[in-house]
Amino acid sequence: MLSYAIRRLLGAIPTLFIIVTVTFFMMRIAPGGPFDSQRRLPPEIEHNIEAAYDLDKPLYQQYFIYLGKLAHGDLGPSFKNKDFTVTELIADGLPVSAELGALAMSIAIVFGMALGTFAALNQNKFADHGVMSVAMVGITIPTFVMAPILTLIFGVYGVEIFGYDLSLPVGGWNGGALRNLILPVAVLSLGPIAVIARLTRGSMIEVLHSNYVRTARAKGLSNTMVVMRHALRAAVLPLISYLGPAIAGILTGSLIIEQIFGIPGIGRYFVQGALNRDYTLVMGVLIYYATFVILLNLLADILYAALDPRVRYAK
Amino acid sequence: MSVPFSAADTEAAMGDIVQGRSLWDDALRRLMRNRAAVISVVILFVIAVAAVIGPYFLAYDYSFQDYTVVSCAPDWWPDTTVMCNAGGTHWFGTDSIGRDLVARTLYGARVSLAVGLIATLVSLVIGVAYGAIAGYVGGRIDELMMRFVDVLYSIPYIFLVIILMVIFNRNFFLLFVAIGAVEWLTMARIVRGQTLSIKQKEFIEAARAGGVGAFGIITRHIIPNVFGPVVVYVTLTVPASILAESFLSFLGLGIQEPLTSWGVLISDGANQMETAPWMLLFPAAFMTVTLFCFNFIGDGLRDALDPKDR
Repeated sequence: MLSYAIRRLLGAIPTLFIIVTVTFFMMRIAPGGPFDSQRRLPPEIEHNIEAAYDLDKPLYQQYFIYLGKLAHGDLGPSFKNKDFTVTELIADGLPVSAELGALAMSIAIVFGMALGTFAALNQNKFADHGVMSVAMVGITIPTFVMAPILTLIFGVYGVEIFGYDLSLPVGGWNGGALRNLILPVAVLSLGPIAVIARLTRGSMIEVLHSNYVRTARAKGLSNTMVVMRHALRAAVLPLISYLGPAIAGILTGSLIIEQIFGIPGIGRYFVQGALNRDYTLVMGVLIYYATFVILLNLLADILYAALDPRVRYAK
Repeated sequence: MSVPFSAADTEAAMGDIVQGRSLWDDALRRLMRNRAAVISVVILFVIAVAAVIGPYFLAYDYSFQDYTVVSCAPDWWPDTTVMCNAGGTHWFGTDSIGRDLVARTLYGARVSLAVGLIATLVSLVIGVAYGAIAGYVGGRIDELMMRFVDVLYSIPYIFLVIILMVIFNRNFFLLFVAIGAVEWLTMARIVRGQTLSIKQKEFIEAARAGGVGAFGIITRHIIPNVFGPVVVYVTLTVPASILAESFLSFLGLGIQEPLTSWGVLISDGANQMETAPWMLLFPAAFMTVTLFCFNFIGDGLRDALDPKDR
């Protein structure tokens, strides 16, 4: 297993290399640069600025300089956020984004699996149809519609139940206070909850019809025991291969969520960086995201094989 | 005199000409029995017709600004203090610079549906060609081509589109192509998988023995036979493309004013929702209904084309 993991990790290096190369040249070929402004700068000053960021050198030289720095873990200075390096900006935003994403993902897994199992145990009954209809709503309604609607209900109008004020702040981070977290995390996790519930339901129904579950029932185990100890273990397997796409989905969703709720994570840096032609910042964030997705896919594959002894590594 | 059997029944009873039912006849029959899918088709058809011909029948143009009715609610809005008092002609109210929201929502529908269709077409062409070639040629080339797909898979694709949009300076048509150009990956995988199994079949061998070239086999024999799963995936790519465009527009990277799409309208609406919630309500409702319809049709088609999967 260790050699498999190492081989996969080495395989990720060319992937990252291609991503870096393609995005580097894509961004540079685009018209417009980070220091274009309405007011023309005097040519000497413009030249000095470009020299400071190596922008006056030929493109291929810039590329090799960038690669060289990257090999040392240096993502370069941000072009637009003066006096900040990209690494500093990412280090600033990453904990926020990570907290948001991890919370949303954990909630999605717990609720999604619970709902899916519940639906499968009541297959084709009212509860099943109810849960699956709600899941369809969760899958269909995009985050950028759900976020403003929930904000409108809980933030702007405010909700009062039995005299308790349930209204929530409409935005901001406030150092990660619980009240500020509820809305963004809820919106971010709704989609994955729905997908996980659907997947769990499907695999759970299949597992519940298998022979070993019948055996477990036949030897007199309680229903809870059968579901928790025997069925659930096999039913989570298909979920693991969904882990990679789910993380990618949460990353994408967090772009919107961070924008809407004014949360200072790295998703906002990416959007602003792309709009401002802040080359190094965009590349830096993209490299982070890609590495993260690759690592999680690898983790999912290893986990899958570890949990299901029938799976053997290729080659 | 009454005829107990129709001509077709008689023929069938005689055993001469039994009307065969093709896979597609069967699938259509099953699809027609799926109520959610049929209703979805009807609703989508109505929305599409309204989007295409609706704007010609409206009193207002999508870009016409009337400063006497800025951010006013429709006449039936519960809060009467923000009403238009414009004689009930703005059924969905107006936006913050006095443009009629019916006209804008319908125009947005045009753009969003067009994005969905064109981007899907682009992804269809690239994905089917790529997948069929990789699957048919096989070997080293297949491995290389699929490795490339894996690489692209590991980038959250919306980031690529964002970079593409910045590069192409938010060009209207390139937006369509850019979305299509990143959505072909799954299509290519599906087509390749199907091609791998089809190329083992006898009729391919027969075609090759008959002297048909690789191009002929791929276009005439393989592509027509991978159609089933591709159709299902197409119905899921259309809403995904609409969503991608709206996503970009929401971030301010998509369609530009005065042109509009559902994403732009929802974004505007979200900014004004505290004072003018109707600006958010109608575009969001239209888009959500459309997405629902495509999902139901996709589910229906999957059940219809692959009944053993139920």
